[in-house]
Formats: sequence, structure tokens, C-alpha cells
Amino acid sequence: MPEVIEETEAAAPYGATAEAHPAIQTVNLSKRFGRTVALAGLSMTVPRGEVFGFLGPNGAGKTTSVKLLLGLLKPTSGEAWLLGRPIGDLQTRRRIGYLPELFRYQGWLSAREVLALHCELAPLPRSSWNDEITSALETVGLTDRAKDRVGTFSKGMQQRLGLGAALLGEPELVFLDEPTSALDPVGRHDVREIIRGLAARGTAVFLNSHLLSEVEQVCDRVAVVDHGRVIASGTMDELLSGTAVKVRVEGLGDADKAKLAGFGSIDDEGDQLTFTNLKPDRVPELVSAIVALGGRVYEVAPRHQTLEDRFLQLLEEEEK
Amino acid sequence: MPPVLVIARLTVQETSRRRLILALVILTLIVVGFSAWGFHKITTVTNSAGVVLPPVQVALITSQLLIVVTFMYSGVLALSAAVVAGPLISSEVESGLLLSILARPVRRSEVVIGKWLGLAVLIAMYAAGSAFLELAAVDWATGYVPPHPDQLILYVGAEGLVLLSLGLALSTRLSGITGGVIALVAWLMGWIAGVVGDVGTGLQNQAVENVGVISHLLLPTDGLWRGAIYAMEPDAFLATMRAAGTVARANPFAAVDPPPVSFLAWVVLWFALMLALSIWSFRTREI
Repeated sequence: MPEVIEETEAAAPYGATAEAHPAIQTVNLSKRFGRTVALAGLSMTVPRGEVFGFLGPNGAGKTTSVKLLLGLLKPTSGEAWLLGRPIGDLQTRRRIGYLPELFRYQGWLSAREVLALHCELAPLPRSSWNDEITSALETVGLTDRAKDRVGTFSKGMQQRLGLGAALLGEPELVFLDEPTSALDPVGRHDVREIIRGLAARGTAVFLNSHLLSEVEQVCDRVAVVDHGRVIASGTMDELLSGTAVKVRVEGLGDADKAKLAGFGSIDDEGDQLTFTNLKPDRVPELVSAIVALGGRVYEVAPRHQTLEDRFLQLLEEEEK
Repeated sequence: MPPVLVIARLTVQETSRRRLILALVILTLIVVGFSAWGFHKITTVTNSAGVVLPPVQVALITSQLLIVVTFMYSGVLALSAAVVAGPLISSEVESGLLLSILARPVRRSEVVIGKWLGLAVLIAMYAAGSAFLELAAVDWATGYVPPHPDQLILYVGAEGLVLLSLGLALSTRLSGITGGVIALVAWLMGWIAGVVGDVGTGLQNQAVENVGVISHLLLPTDGLWRGAIYAMEPDAFLATMRAAGTVARANPFAAVDPPPVSFLAWVVLWFALMLALSIWSFRTREI
């Protein structure tokens, strides 16, 4: 069996200065678990300082991608570089922060001690620990609980602590895997602010999420992954160029709704149908078709396509 | 501090804060207290003639009882080592605790060696501490001190380290409970195989004797236990055993000869091999 981590200290793949290298670069990165394809040829580049959203349904290959990039898994094929160095390079990890999806920290340590442990392993100069820890605790709102044992923390507080650990030492690249899964709305807002703060100081952020509104609000670019393949990628503007049309209608059966497939992907929520990518000039034609099928229309609301509309549309197209 | 020492410190810290050390200290003090009272009774009981036992007989009985009490200590150590080592890595992989640590500039070999080192320190401390207290109590109660107390501590401690190494190796791949149970069963089977080997020696049957030899090579716990027994046996007892010939060797609580140097060299190599296996196994594990 090959080694998962090569733990190399190899030179950068090309000779320019470190800053010239993208934060993340992958070429045909693939991963199989037995017969299951977890990731099928991921090729992407995330520039320095960019907030990159990695979207996909559960089991799409998002967490596998992060683990491959961090050297926790060994790729079946393909190559990847972080900050210009091959994945698995020990020294690169000094410049990386990571909040795992499965966040868990030593319950027998206090929050401050957990952060001190990460300062020590990072490793950061001991003289900077106090400032780093105090700043991280303040950023994630745990200053009052600094001396409490992590075992007494709620899940949300543990996730905040994990985020604090990922921020230590001003990393150049931060991986956040579902960073708000255990947080309340206030916590989610705080995380968005933290991500904006990271971007402002030039830190690249790789955000794994299926909370689309969150991604939409903070990401410069996104990639949508499904069944281990990237099915779309680009800036928000590139991805959300279409118009979605929400129609509140009664009196349509499933067979009738199927006849409306010519108007594009439909997000069917009972009486509320959202045509996720429909040009405004086709709205009268749509309404006529619904009425002809016996439907009673109460509301028609064209609006800019949201990331959720586009996401659902992409997944539906992928299944066809 | 290098990562390997940070991980070792963390392992000691965890065991301490989970109160395992406190529980073992309290239990040991209770056992030492009871055994001191029991050993003291040997000096006051009378034989069928109504007189107290002569010092030679007190020493002989004490030496034999001390071997049984030490067997209990080595059992506690083996059980603790297996139970603590079994989940040492697997539980942290399953819970995700290691994810954020392995994303730091920390080699997997450093995690394995650090955890081994942390638990090894605790095992050494327990072996030395409990042996010192027990022997001091026996000395106070009966005036008897085994011939080689330093070797006794080394052999019992090494027995704990063998189970720690086995448990840790299993922990790189199996769940904590599975690894712990396998380590414990292996320890018991190793002891039984050692007894079978002794029976072979007693019967002068080479094939049966080889069962013991092979088991000592696969898992050296019983071989080390025999070393601990030898360190506790007074010269007079050893002379009697030797005079009795091969039949006397068929006894799991007696040792006529010290462990050969070649066996002790194998034990050192066994530790190195087991640690190397653990490192390889963990490095190739996908997390």
C-alpha cells in the first residue's frame, strides 16, 4: 500500500517566487475508495487571496478533496500543489489553517490550552502565543470561556474553537469544511465576517459548504461538484447569469408539471414552482401553458437566479 | 518542544486529567495496605505445634506469596496498558481529533512514537512506584526483600511495555475495544502457552516445549514474567527447584533459570519491530 503522506520537503514545482504560486492548484486529482469514485479528475486553480466556494450535495466529494489537499488521503492519480509546494509537504502546513468538518478537540483541555497546543504544533514563536490565542479567542467569541474545559462546550462553541485554531499564525491559506454546520444564525454571520476579514488581509479561503446563501455572500468564485466531478465553476456573475421565475399555482398534477419541462429545470415545492433558469421574455408563454393545463395562477415573480436556483438546475441537468 | 514530545506530554496529560493515574494510585495503596497486613500475619501465625514459624519458613512463604501478588500487579499493568493503548490512535481517528493535529507540520511517526513514549513513561512510573511500595510493605511486615528488586521492576515494566506496543499497533487499524480485547487475549494466551511449554520441559517433550518458545518469540510477556519470578526467588528455593530436576519447571509461578540474553536481545528487537510496524501501518492509513 502506498504511503498516505509522503511528508516531503520538496522544492516548488516551478522556480518563481513563492507569492507567484497560486494558493491551490490541482491537475486531474482523483480518488477511489475500492470501486467508489470519490473524486474524478479535479483540475482547478485558486489564486492567492481569493475566497473559493466548493459546493455540492452530501457525498459529492467535497471533504475528500480537502483531505487530499491536506495530505490526509493519498490521491489515486493526479497532482496538486498548495502555495506552490506538492501536497504532503510538511513545511507548507506551517502556513495553512484547517477547520475539519468533523471538528473535535481535547475535551480535557481548556480552550486556551487547545489553542496553545496548536501554536506549539504550528509551530509559532512562543513569544507570540499569548497575543495569537487572545486574538483568536476574541475573533470567535470565546474570550469568556477561555479557561473552561472544552468537554463542557456545546457543538457550536467547539466549532468556534476549531475556527480559532485555524486562524492562528495568520495562515496564507485556510480550509473551512462546513464551518457553520453547528452554528446559530448569529454564529453564521460571525463566520461570514471572519471570512471577509481573512480575504481583506490576503488570505485565500477554501470554503466547503452546502449552505448556498453563505457561499453566495462571501465567495469570489465557486465550483460545483457532484459525484466526484466539477460540473460548473466560475465567478458568481458567470454562474448566476440567468433569471429564475417563481410561480404560485394550483390545480396542476405531476403529469401536468412534467409537460412544463420545456421551460427548463423546475424546483417543485407543491403549489410553488420555481423555474430555475428561464428568460423573462418567456414568462407570458409559461403562464399560457399553465392555464391551458388547467392551472390557476396566483403569482408570477421573475427574479435574478440565486445560487440555490443554479445549484438545483446544475444537479438536475447532471442527473439527466 | 519537538512534536513527538508534545504528543507524549499530551498523552500523559490526558491520562492524568481523566483520573486514571489517581484511580491506580488509590487502588495500589489499598492493595499495599491489605497485603502488608496479610504478610505481617505470616510472622504471627502458629503451626500445628502451636509455635510461630521460623524465619526461614516465613521467608519462603513470603517469597511465594509475593510472586502471586506481583502476578496481580503485572495483570493490572497489562490490563491497563492494553485498555489504554487499544484506543490510543483509533479513537482519535474516529472522533476526528487527529484531523486538525495531522494538518499541522507533524509526521505520523511522531504521533505514534509520542503516544508510545507518553504511555511508556506512565507504565514505568507505575511499575517502579507500585513495586517500591509493595516491597517496602513486605520488608516492614516480614523483613523479607527479594534478591533482585531492580530486575523485578524492569521485567514487570517491560511486560507492560510489550502490551502497550501491541495495543498501539492494533490501534492504528482497529477500533479501540477490538484492539484492547485482542491484546488482552494475546497476553493470556501467551501465559498459557508458556505454561504448556513448561509442561513440555517437565515431560522432556521437545514439540510441546516449542509451544512455549514460539509464544515467547511472538509475544514476550510470559518470558518477561518468568524473569520477574526469577528476580523474586531466594537462593534456597532455587536450589530446591534445581535439585528437583525438570519436573519442577512445570510451574507457571516458578522459574529455575533467568531469561537468556538472546531472549532479552530479541525483546529489544521486538519493540523496534512493533514500533516500526505501528508507524508503517499508521502512515499508510487513510484518514
